[in-house]
Amino acid sequence: MIEIAKLSKSFGPHKVLTDINTFFEKGKTNLIIGQSGSGKTVLMKCCTGLVEPDEGQVSFDNRNFSSISEKKRREIRKEMGVLFQGGALFDSLTVEQNVMFPLNMFTDKSMEEKLDRVNFCLQRVNLQNVNQLYPSEISGGMMKRVAIARAISNSPNYLFCDEPNSGLDPKTAEVIDQLISEITLEYGITTVINTHDMNSVLQIGQRINFLYHGQLWWTGDKESILQTDNPELKDFVFSTELTRRLR
Amino acid sequence: MLRTLGEYVLLMFETFKRPDKGPVFRRQLLVEIIGLGIDSISIVAFISVFTGAIIAIQTAYNIDSPLIPLKMVGFTTRQMMILEFSPTVISLILAGKVGSRIASEIGSMRVTEQIDALRVMGVNPANFLILPKITASMLFNPVLIVFSMVVGILGGWVACIVTGLVPSVDFIEGLRGWFEPFTVTYAIIKTLVFAFIIASVSGFLGYNLKGGSVEVGKASTRAVVVSSILIILFDLILTQLLLV
Ligand SMILES: Nc1ncnc2c1ncn2[C@@H]1O[C@H](COP(=O)(O)OP(=O)(O)OP(=O)(O)O)[C@@H](O)[C@H]1O
Ligand SMILES: [Mg+2]
Repeated sequence: MIEIAKLSKSFGPHKVLTDINTFFEKGKTNLIIGQSGSGKTVLMKCCTGLVEPDEGQVSFDNRNFSSISEKKRREIRKEMGVLFQGGALFDSLTVEQNVMFPLNMFTDKSMEEKLDRVNFCLQRVNLQNVNQLYPSEISGGMMKRVAIARAISNSPNYLFCDEPNSGLDPKTAEVIDQLISEITLEYGITTVINTHDMNSVLQIGQRINFLYHGQLWWTGDKESILQTDNPELKDFVFSTELTRRLR
Repeated sequence: MLRTLGEYVLLMFETFKRPDKGPVFRRQLLVEIIGLGIDSISIVAFISVFTGAIIAIQTAYNIDSPLIPLKMVGFTTRQMMILEFSPTVISLILAGKVGSRIASEIGSMRVTEQIDALRVMGVNPANFLILPKITASMLFNPVLIVFSMVVGILGGWVACIVTGLVPSVDFIEGLRGWFEPFTVTYAIIKTLVFAFIIASVSGFLGYNLKGGSVEVGKASTRAVVVSSILIILFDLILTQLLLV
């Protein structure tokens, strides 16, 4: 479980996150939803330590993460898998080397074992015969899937996905959502997903945190979200024709 | 300015840590030796041959007094190559070639969040990215510099023979006269310092870059300018310290 307490962050005069208190449960897909610019990415980066919050605490299974040295953080980070909004694949490495990277750095597995693991991960994101290609040689959606494969290759305990299915077609998006929720359950991962896609919310939203202008406005699950009478959330949820018809 | 210096020192502390994985480091090192070192051999050879030739010809033309023996041409060519040209000018050229490459490579990894990706995996990115580059430069630049000395002197010799300005025997006699081995040590020490400057300053400017792809271009230009200025400054300081 990841706990966030009293977290605030400003960039100069611009207050991006205000007093966030929430938690992300183990073995569940925890969603952070909200409009573009509402602070989802910043909140996730506060959790991974890429952004230093001005105030507040983050802890991983009761291990404090906020007021410890970079060196100690590294130990907790070895248990994290992170999918960046832009993929952030290493462009000097092939797809296979990208996915193998965490294994090379942190395990003593043999080449054969590592290759097995890489192929297993690539298979799970429906990628075959691209092992030897470079990131510049594959499509945007494929990059996203390689990035997911890299994030899960070293069997993380905590998985952070920043918009895992933006830029994908509806079918692949669903496959990815399904995959993430499957491995979350299967391996008991604490998964945090940023999204503004209502399809994903309704499909895998086991615990939903709605951010509105940097404040935690509402929490609930995929059932209760359709019954909400919070005006701002309603506005967000029923902003598309599809969800309006659903109502 | 002081702040930048502080950031630089902090980054170097992060960089000079024991690598997480020996085999991974060695592989990175090899990649950098090829990318930064081997790839520079042809340009170093080209510039050194011609400069050696030019030094020899100019010296030969300027000796019009019969009191100065022609073997001075060989001597001057050797001294110029070893003392100044190979260590300093070649390092300046490497600052242009290698420095811009390091800054833009690391800088583009910064803007595409690849450095952040390394960090959240639990890797020390400074150590992972910059240390192999500094090590490769400090290992291989001395090789390049010695190679440049040899090739440059060879260029001077060939030029003398082809133009007929200095007979080969005279040139070689000058080449072998009054040789102080310390001059080579001095050149190697300078080269090591310059190699460290090039790789660490360029790495720093790429690593601490903020902004988008426009900044990558700026950082790589700045890397060349700053490391060139530092090379010249340290050339003066080291010459004072070591030769005077
Ligand atoms: N490094 C930064 N410096 C200054 N402001 C920033 C920085 N990072 C984010 N912000 C600001 O924080 C706000 C929230 O950004 P964030 O990236 O978290 O949005 P988001 O909810 O992830 O949006 P999207 O759905 O478009 O990805 C934005 O207004 C942005 O301008
Ligand atoms: Mg975002």
